[in-house]
Amino acid sequence: MDLILDGIRTALSLIFSLDREVLAVTLLSLKVSCSATLASLFIGIPAGVLLALSDFPGRRFVISLVNTGMGLPPVVVGLFVTIFLWRNGPLGFLEILYTPAAMILAQAVIATPIVTGITIASIQNLPANLKLQVRALGATRLQTVWILVREARLPLLAAVMAGFGGVISEVGASIMVGGNIKGQTRVLTTATVMETGKGDFDVAIALSLILLALTFGVNYLLTVIQQRERPR
Amino acid sequence: MKKTRYLIAAAALLCALAIPATAAGPDALQKIIILATTTSTQDSGLLDVLVPLFERESGFQVKTISVGSGQAMKMGEKGEADVLLVHSPEAEKKFMADGFGVTRRLVMHNDFIVVGPATDPAKIKGVSAADAMKRIAQSGSVFASRGDNSGTHAKEKGLWKGAAINPEGQIWYQQTGLGMGQTLNVAAEKRGYTLTDRATYLSLKKRLGLEILVEGDSKLLNIYHVIELNQVSWPKVNSQGGKAFADFMLAKKTQEIIGSFGVDKFGAPLFFPDAGKKPETLGL
Repeated sequence: MDLILDGIRTALSLIFSLDREVLAVTLLSLKVSCSATLASLFIGIPAGVLLALSDFPGRRFVISLVNTGMGLPPVVVGLFVTIFLWRNGPLGFLEILYTPAAMILAQAVIATPIVTGITIASIQNLPANLKLQVRALGATRLQTVWILVREARLPLLAAVMAGFGGVISEVGASIMVGGNIKGQTRVLTTATVMETGKGDFDVAIALSLILLALTFGVNYLLTVIQQRERPR
Repeated sequence: MKKTRYLIAAAALLCALAIPATAAGPDALQKIIILATTTSTQDSGLLDVLVPLFERESGFQVKTISVGSGQAMKMGEKGEADVLLVHSPEAEKKFMADGFGVTRRLVMHNDFIVVGPATDPAKIKGVSAADAMKRIAQSGSVFASRGDNSGTHAKEKGLWKGAAINPEGQIWYQQTGLGMGQTLNVAAEKRGYTLTDRATYLSLKKRLGLEILVEGDSKLLNIYHVIELNQVSWPKVNSQGGKAFADFMLAKKTQEIIGSFGVDKFGAPLFFPDAGKKPETLGL
């Protein structure tokens, strides 16, 4: 119990003294995970809409793959991204292993199936008549898609939250492709693992609390937007 | 129609993947070196002191990847690191014999110790390392092993072999697969024994409740070498940067810092500088 109180005390002192290292680690966490979420939205939403609205042989198979991908273990992603990014690996020419860019890439791979899966579900949950009605009013295909996405924007915010929550909290991929390098690729989760290993539990608890607060803050913001726009 | 859409989607995906490529220019790359090292140099805090100093002096940027010595050498074999700082002498000799490294130089040493609960159920306090292993096995006391091919794990396997014991599969022999710090925590929680380097033990001591039971045996020497890697087999290895770091580790000023590191915090140094010495003089 003392340890937890110590942790909370350390957390508060680290936050309020604006400890530069903790601040940098926190900002990097945000930067990496926000970029990764953004990238996953650019890929996941169009892919999800396409899968929800199109019809082709093997569609169910592809959707099952996406749904499986929603639970993709971060360490597996980390392992494969590392192997691909090795200097002498297939994507070695990019030279981004052990950089934030590699972490964004790995986290985007983790978040994209989550965003895609939730997008498919949101679009398919729209009233079936909506699509017919929009088409009947003379909308082109592109306009139809646009209207459907707009109608599904509230559940799509859930996709953003799930994607972001998935990547800000993962450690397996970040530590493998980032290397937990001080001042370069150390984020809240990897720093927590390291401080635990070093036995500095109070710092580890402090970092965890900052991570929880951060995740809460971002989700609160998104929830406010979502609930304000609640239809009718 | 559908086909073009798939093409657009595929193109978008490729673009998204390619964006990070612009992050580092070719000039910056020559300035980056990857140091693959053991968890003990990182967990003890030594590298947090040395690396910034090296970066300031040399202009190189160091990416420290802290893993077990076994994995560090694997990275070296694949050309995925530029310089190694490791402590697994037998494996290092093989590494050099196989031609993966260019030079291998002695940097520093400290020692391994066997730690365990103060109650010492296996009665190993003060005995030789080989006897300690035998007594732990005979009494069936929990022994937390790194189990990760690190230098410490290699040393531990050597000790079991020296005591003619095969601990694999025994119920009291628990492999954590974790770094030294976490393995010490496991040993502390299970009130078991473990083999650790002195530096990591001292930096964690206050929380562990484990005591030093066996020390000072010449078999427990823990020796760190810096290895520069072979650019001939892996052209992408930054041998210039690797050499700069290796030279830095052996420089007089660095060696003085190594020798005084930890004195203010623990009252005794965690590492003993050995630049220019022959390993034989350490009692190997």
